[in-house]
Amino acid sequence: MSLASSEISTTGRQLPDRLKSPIQRFLASWELLLLGVAIAVFILNSFASPYFLDPWNLSDATFNFTEKALIAFAMAMLIISGEIDLSVASIIALASTAMGFAVQMGAETPVLILVGLGVGLACGAFNGFLVTGFGLPSIVVTIGTMSLFRGISYIVLGDKAYTGYPSDFAFFGQGYVWWVISFEFLLFAFMAVLFAVVLHRTNFGRAAYVIGNNPVGALFSGIRVPRVKFALFLLTGLMSGVAAICLTSRLGATRPSIAFGWELEVVTMVVLGGVNILGGSGSIPGVVIAAFVMGMVTFGFGLLNVPGIVMSIFIGLLLISVIALPRIAHRILARRKV
Amino acid sequence: MKLFKSLLAATAVAAVCIAGPAQAENKRIALVVKALGIGFFEAAAKGAEEAAKELGDVEIIYTGPTDTTAEGQIEVINALIAQKVDAIAISANDQDALVPALKKAMQRGITVVSWDSGVAPEGRQLHLNPSSNPLIGNMIIKLAADHLPDGGDVAVLSASATATNQNIWIEEMNKVKGNYPGINVVATVYGDDLADKSYREAQGLMQTYPDLKAIIAPTSVGIVAAAQAVSDAEKAGKVNVTGLGLPSEMAGHVDSGASKSFAIWNPIDLGYSATMLAYNLAAGNAEAKPGADIPMGRMGALTLDDKNEGAMADPFVYDSSNIDDFKDIF
Repeated sequence: MSLASSEISTTGRQLPDRLKSPIQRFLASWELLLLGVAIAVFILNSFASPYFLDPWNLSDATFNFTEKALIAFAMAMLIISGEIDLSVASIIALASTAMGFAVQMGAETPVLILVGLGVGLACGAFNGFLVTGFGLPSIVVTIGTMSLFRGISYIVLGDKAYTGYPSDFAFFGQGYVWWVISFEFLLFAFMAVLFAVVLHRTNFGRAAYVIGNNPVGALFSGIRVPRVKFALFLLTGLMSGVAAICLTSRLGATRPSIAFGWELEVVTMVVLGGVNILGGSGSIPGVVIAAFVMGMVTFGFGLLNVPGIVMSIFIGLLLISVIALPRIAHRILARRKV
Repeated sequence: MKLFKSLLAATAVAAVCIAGPAQAENKRIALVVKALGIGFFEAAAKGAEEAAKELGDVEIIYTGPTDTTAEGQIEVINALIAQKVDAIAISANDQDALVPALKKAMQRGITVVSWDSGVAPEGRQLHLNPSSNPLIGNMIIKLAADHLPDGGDVAVLSASATATNQNIWIEEMNKVKGNYPGINVVATVYGDDLADKSYREAQGLMQTYPDLKAIIAPTSVGIVAAAQAVSDAEKAGKVNVTGLGLPSEMAGHVDSGASKSFAIWNPIDLGYSATMLAYNLAAGNAEAKPGADIPMGRMGALTLDDKNEGAMADPFVYDSSNIDDFKDIF
């Protein structure tokens, strides 16, 4: 944020004479670049492995990213507003533990859903309260709650596991709606549309951008900044609860180490999707494409039996290069003008 | 035209890719481990390769996640299902969470066995335990007795008094100690799997029982601490420390003579046996059902109990003759 404001103070904000047409903007956009990467990955994968272009295999591959992407949509809005939530994976652990506990108490599937969503909401509310109520930096608060939420799971479960989920509960993580379209994938698609509409077509979504660009200005424009931020933390908690339901259902078991390390993968997905980590810009379509890219890269490498550590290195390089390339290109273009 | 040519070339490449695996009649067996980069599992992979060489028509896919998570293993399993491998032999990070993914693998005709760290019965066809409680209980007292032809006093240094595994092994040991006449088990003490407490308990044993000939520690922490205590008391050669330990941690004490021998499973044998079992099930040479005997090459045959589990062999004995080969492995 500080970088952006200093630039403004020295050069002043330059207003263009005329806005670029939507097509021009699309051609120069991050999303198009990312779409190119996605298509390249898809083509490379289909050549690299004879097993890639199989409807069932592609359907299996979607499970690699759908749950993370569900959180990434909410996380994208949160990061656009200038905040972050690093406790999402721990919320999954706590929500899953609570659902497992409910199963031991004899709860049926509808109750389990409510428990999962409820714990997600409560955790989001706790984060939101600490950040907006006391004005604490969200990165610090959520690093704290990251340990706190998972810590509770460890205390409850230790080295044990909750199993014995009802058989109809398995639908959320293992069920298919139609042919190869899994319930998770349908949910992912539905949420993508929903979040795109909320972020890009509602006042609430505009408020997230405004707050991320200039929180003080937003306050003076009559936007209730704390309320919007609190709502975004709630939303992130809720989506973590949704992801917890899907993941728990897919695994059919809860251990305190569930979803370990997912917070960084979710943030990676969001940043790869073109959301500015400092807030203020980004889009849901970008995050959707980034989810596909990450999912296909991991699956493609998996088909070739590439060790996991090589995958991590590749994702890291992809992230750095996709972020660095436009800036380098921008600099070269700027130099040419001078 | 240029575009057309490159498209043609690309199609040709794709055709070769698709045709490639169809020609090979090899059975592809995936050895899935808890995480890559762990010496124990690298050694198991060596054993799997040995089995593959012996069988001839087997290709081993050695794979696993970067860190020991169930989610990581599920991604690996999904990729293996997609490749239509013939068999998966897995050491599981989570005995329950892998069940849905492995069930799917079995539905698509893939043979699934677990080894080392098991999967719940509905998620695999059989489970290969490295050893069994009776075999371990027998081995730990046999190790002490082998070096005491005239008999003598021995003591047990266990983990905590509530440690399930150690208690079962000691119980099994007590059942068979009649087979080793002249061996008196004089005491059982508990070091709680803490290095310093185990060390003090071992010192206490040597003071209380001056004629003590051996200390049996069926715990990898206790055995190292006891060997250290014996070395420090300059009783190496007089008091033999034995039990279950890791070669990397015990190599120095075997060299100094504080420990003549100890035992633990052999990861090479484990990987070898798991591969043999997976091959025999996938090839239809045997069927996994309670009571069945499934051949596993040079390791004999695995007899399955009512939960389709079996024990591979006695724990493998490490002494000065082989410790140098294993100390860098695990």
